[in-house]
Amino acid sequence: MTGSEALLKTLEAHGVKHIFGHPGGAIMPVYDALYDSPIQHILVRHEQGGGHAAEGYARATGGLGVCMATSGPGATNLVTALADAMLDSLPILAITGNVPSPLLGTDAFQEADITGITMPITKHNFLVRNADDISKTVAKAIQIALEGRPGPVLVDIPKDVQQAQTNAPITQPHAKAPRLEPNPETIAKAVALIQSAKQPVLVVGGGACDAAPQILEFAKKTGMPVITTLMGLGNYPASDKQWLGMPGMHGSVASNRAISQCDVLIGVGMRFDDRVTGKTSRFAKNAQIIHIDIDTAEHNKLIPAFIPIHSDSAAALEALTKQVSYLDTPEWWLKLEDWQARQPKRPSWGAAEAIKMISSKLNGNDIVVADVGQHQMLTAQLHPFEQPRKWSNSGGAGTMGFCLPAAMGAAVAIGAHDGGDAKGVRVVGIAGDGSSQMTIQELATLRKYDIPVKFAIINNGYLGMVRQWQEMFHSRRYSEVYLEDSNPDFPILASAYRIPGFAADNQADLEKAIEMWLSVDGPAVLEVRVPQEANVFPMVPAGKGLDEMLDDDPKFLETKALVPA
Amino acid sequence: MKHIFSAFLRDEPRVLTRVTSLFARRGYNIDSLSVGATEQRGISRMTFIAEAPDYMADQIQRQLEKLEDVLKVVNHAHEKFVDRELVLLKVHVNPQTRLEIRMIAEDFRARNVDVGSKSYVFEVTGDEGKITAFIEQMRPFGIIETMRTGRVALSRGSNVDISSQVYEGSSNALEHPLADISAKA
Ligand SMILES: Cc1ncc(C[n+]2csc(CCOP(=O)(O)OP(=O)(O)O)c2C)c(N)n1
Ligand SMILES: [Mg+2]
Repeated sequence: MTGSEALLKTLEAHGVKHIFGHPGGAIMPVYDALYDSPIQHILVRHEQGGGHAAEGYARATGGLGVCMATSGPGATNLVTALADAMLDSLPILAITGNVPSPLLGTDAFQEADITGITMPITKHNFLVRNADDISKTVAKAIQIALEGRPGPVLVDIPKDVQQAQTNAPITQPHAKAPRLEPNPETIAKAVALIQSAKQPVLVVGGGACDAAPQILEFAKKTGMPVITTLMGLGNYPASDKQWLGMPGMHGSVASNRAISQCDVLIGVGMRFDDRVTGKTSRFAKNAQIIHIDIDTAEHNKLIPAFIPIHSDSAAALEALTKQVSYLDTPEWWLKLEDWQARQPKRPSWGAAEAIKMISSKLNGNDIVVADVGQHQMLTAQLHPFEQPRKWSNSGGAGTMGFCLPAAMGAAVAIGAHDGGDAKGVRVVGIAGDGSSQMTIQELATLRKYDIPVKFAIINNGYLGMVRQWQEMFHSRRYSEVYLEDSNPDFPILASAYRIPGFAADNQADLEKAIEMWLSVDGPAVLEVRVPQEANVFPMVPAGKGLDEMLDDDPKFLETKALVPA
Repeated sequence: MKHIFSAFLRDEPRVLTRVTSLFARRGYNIDSLSVGATEQRGISRMTFIAEAPDYMADQIQRQLEKLEDVLKVVNHAHEKFVDRELVLLKVHVNPQTRLEIRMIAEDFRARNVDVGSKSYVFEVTGDEGKITAFIEQMRPFGIIETMRTGRVALSRGSNVDISSQVYEGSSNALEHPLADISAKA
């Protein structure tokens, strides 16, 4: 067996069904072996797309996403996606070819030191120098990617190693490590603190994706309000009245007020990112913090934890739920309900209204993937996420171009491309006119495999989020953010890829367009042309505390032509 | 505050780069770093010193422990330890200074490892204070060059006998620091 065959057999043994990749000289032996492999390869049009597709795949399933590239430029094209997966803790296996071993370190054609380059943006990486090591290294890489706090792992294989013969046995999947249980004494301390709380709040992050039932149970038993971070949306049902929304820079009034005034804050599987905390010295100033995380390096990294709990989030919540009792805090809820009612005023027609309308045609089973910018924040604010793993976006890195390939990965993960309508689950992408163009070539991949992603482009003619900052903090000096003069006609662009495209620029047309767009059997593009200078609010200006949030756009408060959202 | 750590590393390619790149990108201030093989095959040991407040020292330890090839990090602030550094120092000598230099060297128990007509090379071992004092004493004679190994440290076995040498919990200084995680190694 060749090294390449050993690689694919090992992936098969680990249940890998799909690889998102792009061939090239230094990975050709693997592509040759792929020709006879049951693993389906999805040929992307840019390796970055392959990386984000693997992320979307991992996020939707909780399992491993796999991407593959050739040496040099192929490998470096994966870098953005790996950095993205690192910040959002997604289990990705990246396989790269490299120049033949004797040429390593000689500046050979298409050589890049990809293990050196990706060292700070992978959980770990390997350069395999011997075909006998391929299987065990790949098995180890998969184990590392999935265990504890997940993350991307890269395996670089020189071409001669791919070609070499090996008799080494195929390494079977390593046994899953037992769930990390919390220390009972720490739990007892935490219970005592929770029981003493008058104004408690639970903040849930993306690390608690697999603890949704435990979160619900804990929240119901204590009666405590629940906040979900950008990465945690869906880990608590948005329809429940104990849900306060998302915290942080564009968080809800209720979330940010509750954090500013709470006396006990329990953070679960979240890492106090600066977009969540605002100015740290003003964050939850009156609160004692209980921080549950499986990665103990997150404890006390940015916010001192009064009680750090090193544990799997579901395990810690189960232990807490056993011992806590209902917290009767009617005065706290009086305040919370008042804040919950405070929604920002929004124009009757615009990006927010368009996103709400798309959202209203979806249900809690559908998967929503956003790109990066105003449309992303609006989607996070307005779409009611009911279940975990139904939402994917680039949270930690804010990578423009994430949406289309990640939506593609999610759709492949749920089998939407070969089962037609995968159990009625739809995958909808919501992107901007700027972001979408960073990876728009993946429309070809949607076409090639008939992957039924419904891709919406909210066209405000601007790099909207940057324009908003320029409006607010740079005296409206709109420097290099205008796109309208040079945007493509998106439906025509879609049809160039032989994908149906629709467009609307008002409410009535949009209603009809959404219906046609969603009913296409296969991929489809929807462009929504919206007014150009709308802003996303509430907003905590960079460097300010959550308590310094601006609830509404000051520019709208001056005009009367508004309806409450 | 200065913290002195021991880190146990898998002997894998680039493991040092992984460690130092982490120090650099997280902005940790490292004063000294020294690495060597251990009595166990495939495992090297690194002593390093960081100038950091206590909470930051914990961060350094935990971030390092996240690296796949880092098996364990021990912060020696929790109990007494012995630390040593070795310096090689080449100094000018002439008939007038020869005797005085040799007497100072004797006071420091420095070994003369190269005797030239115009220079000596000394080898001195000791803790940081002793090494620095020796260098300062030699300075007036004209130091040609020096090389220090950086400090190396072990926890004191006597911590087990003398409880006041242990600041938190109890000491397991009679066990190998990796005894509890040999599975991972
Ligand atoms: C790769 C990359 N480059 C630059 C940025 C900075 N950035 C953040 S949001 C944004 C504007 C995005 O514009 P668009 O996709 O049209 O979304 P809108 O904000 O208009 O909804 C930019 C340029 C980024 N996040 N990622
Ligand atoms: Mg835009």
